[in-house]
Amino acid sequence: MATSTSTESSLLAMPKGVSLWRDAWLRLRKNKLAMFGLGFLLLVMVVCLLTPWIAPYGYEEQDLRLGAVSPSAAHWLGTDTFGRDLLTRILYGGRVSLLVGFVATAVALVIGVAYGAIAGYVGGKLDAVMMRFVDILYALPIMIFIILLMVVFGRNLLLLFLAIGAIEWLTMARIVRSQVQNLRDQEFVEAAMSLGLSPSAIVVKHLIPNALGPIIVYTTLTIPSVMLLEAFLSFLGLGIQPPESSWGLLISYGVETMEEYPWLLIFPGLALSLTLFSLNFLGDGLRDALDPKASRD
Amino acid sequence: MPLLQVTDLSVYFHTRNGVLKAVDGISFEVEAGKTFAIIGESGSGKSVACYSMLGLVPMPPGKIEAGRVLFEGKDLLTLSEAKLRKIRGKGISIIFQDPMTSLNPFLTVGDQLIEPLRLHFPISKKEAWNKGIEILEEVGIKNAAQRMCSWPFEFSGGMRQRVVIAMALVTEPKIIIADEPTTALDVTVQAQILKLLKELQEKRNIGVIFISHDLSVVADIADQMAVMQNGRFVEQGTRDEIFTNPQHDYTRKLLAAVPNFEKPEQENKSEQNLVEVESLHIQFPSNRGEAPIKAVDDVSLDIKPNEILGLVGESGSGKSTLGRAIIRLLNPTSGKIRFDGQDITRLSMAEMKPLRRQMQIIFQDPYASLNPRMAVYDTLAEPLLLHKIVTKKDLDGAVCSLMDSVGLSRESVLRYPHEFSGGQRQRIAIGRAIATKPGFIIADEPVSSLDVTIQAQILDLLLELVERFNLTMLFISHDLGVVRYLADRILVMKEGKLVEHGTVHQVFNSPREVYTQELLNAIPGRTLTD
Repeated sequence: MATSTSTESSLLAMPKGVSLWRDAWLRLRKNKLAMFGLGFLLLVMVVCLLTPWIAPYGYEEQDLRLGAVSPSAAHWLGTDTFGRDLLTRILYGGRVSLLVGFVATAVALVIGVAYGAIAGYVGGKLDAVMMRFVDILYALPIMIFIILLMVVFGRNLLLLFLAIGAIEWLTMARIVRSQVQNLRDQEFVEAAMSLGLSPSAIVVKHLIPNALGPIIVYTTLTIPSVMLLEAFLSFLGLGIQPPESSWGLLISYGVETMEEYPWLLIFPGLALSLTLFSLNFLGDGLRDALDPKASRD
Repeated sequence: MPLLQVTDLSVYFHTRNGVLKAVDGISFEVEAGKTFAIIGESGSGKSVACYSMLGLVPMPPGKIEAGRVLFEGKDLLTLSEAKLRKIRGKGISIIFQDPMTSLNPFLTVGDQLIEPLRLHFPISKKEAWNKGIEILEEVGIKNAAQRMCSWPFEFSGGMRQRVVIAMALVTEPKIIIADEPTTALDVTVQAQILKLLKELQEKRNIGVIFISHDLSVVADIADQMAVMQNGRFVEQGTRDEIFTNPQHDYTRKLLAAVPNFEKPEQENKSEQNLVEVESLHIQFPSNRGEAPIKAVDDVSLDIKPNEILGLVGESGSGKSTLGRAIIRLLNPTSGKIRFDGQDITRLSMAEMKPLRRQMQIIFQDPYASLNPRMAVYDTLAEPLLLHKIVTKKDLDGAVCSLMDSVGLSRESVLRYPHEFSGGQRQRIAIGRAIATKPGFIIADEPVSSLDVTIQAQILDLLLELVERFNLTMLFISHDLGVVRYLADRILVMKEGKLVEHGTVHQVFNSPREVYTQELLNAIPGRTLTD
């Protein structure tokens, strides 16, 4: 049994009290599936980061005499129709796909959460104006928007990320707004007001942490949809252009040659799906870990 | 021959954390035209006991371990789901606690009313509809024929509970299980519903199982009763036996927990008022260009230092709105609020911040008033850091001493709200409110969602803190008994207006207004003191 003195000393060891995030990390560590997901994602990221140094070939190195060959000792995952090493292309493609996925999603997350939280918390006329603006953006066809951007500013990877992020935040803003609206009327928010907390502190400390569940779930859904959107745009010639590659592009070429050269579809597909699996495991784990109610063994 | 005979019923829940004996070997009988009341606090197993008879307890994790429930010569526990469905709603029906959620908001009252009829009897829609009208009239709903086409939201809480009762009665069951049927209602409405239930029961010779946490409600209506704790009947007998000669300690504790005691009158000689409210109006805009709703209508009051002012009224009377306006959680339409001599009516939220330290509020529902994602430590530390009452260095000590003040163990300081019981949560909320050492606290129904024995503990804690920290308190409640227990003066509010004020003694013994009289008459359990 802990005596009161030992409790105080253990408290003193934790100068900032318990933060939700710290506690969440302790709980996440116990979730094997989530930790596997996190580990795999980190591994993929490190490998992609180091690709220029560890890739066996250059991404545009062709060997036309070779053509498409199935996996061998020289080309572990085979080659494509131009005789380019598939492993190399998957590694380089991962750089683009992960970058698009994470950067665009981060943009969507930051804008969406901030925008939705403000609209939901302030309410009234401001909310009406802000949400009508979202409705208008929703109504704009994405393709036209992106094509216009590309035409005006030229094809630019960074711009692509921003453009995708600028579309994906709309749904996030709606989700966060409705969550915040429901939470706003709860008594603990009134209690925070009566303590004298400023509105921004109430939003950051009390509202957003309680809306994290849906935010995380939607984020883990956004990352794959962003990666696929990039593939689609690249396919239309608006995104990445060969000889550069991304997972989405590799898969769409793989589909065309599926019958003769199945490995061109299988391996990029595997890379994408393993990454998405890991993301989902991690997302689920995070959602549970951030909810103190979810179980505390 | 009793209508229902329960012998040795045991229902266990098999959870990951072990076996929970929700109901542990209870036996009782229900006779026609009589009421059997089961009294217990939340979690005592009283609802599980009744629902398990009808197969309404989820299994697993629940499991009926033993027992027999004889109804019309059949053992309900051995019947198949299909056969049980024929008994549910026809032989035995249930009245649920909260009429706001027990009616389907997307069906008219009439459609819901005839549903059980059409289910259990071969009857045409027209016949069923006519029967529905009859039964609505019987439960005291005027213009029944037109009201059949109304939606649930068009009824008040009390009226909805009448509809729920009508639904339970329409199939002419032999037994009704009434699960806290009046807990969600105002006192005057509660008195009406209890009277209605009693009348219908006598007229139709129905056996009633009445589940409640409130001894005083049961005192008026029970014939036989049982006191339940941790799945067992600790005491069982006629109403008079239990109320006049309780055998078990727990029963005595429950009886003692009903505050039936008037605070001795003390003269408050203070000349100054801590809080002054002058002809305050608060209006809320209403829909479709109708006149705005007057939530608070020309209210003036003052609160002297170190007094506890009780503010009594039924739901919708504007008492909570008034309380929130006084500490400027919402903006008054007109009027003046002075705190400690300073006019705070039009201060901005930023200007209010330094004053917040001196005025705090305790809310009704300790499940909603604590941030579920903040550990107790952070909840208590927040006001301390915000108002720079302690430095980070001394924070641990300050939080621990707050825990001591409200009677919680220091070990639990790193836990989250859901790990605490309702009473403990309310202690946390009280701890947060007194953290800044405020002079003035508004307690908005702080005990009405708690069990009776817990209520008494929390009230005593509040009284102790008032004494210790020289607090001034505005105590808002619908429960006159509770207010009588701790207030010095009482204000009665009705439809946004103050209708009566005076010392506790004056209001209870010589109320001037008819409405106050009504409220006093509606207090359940007067048969106890008579």
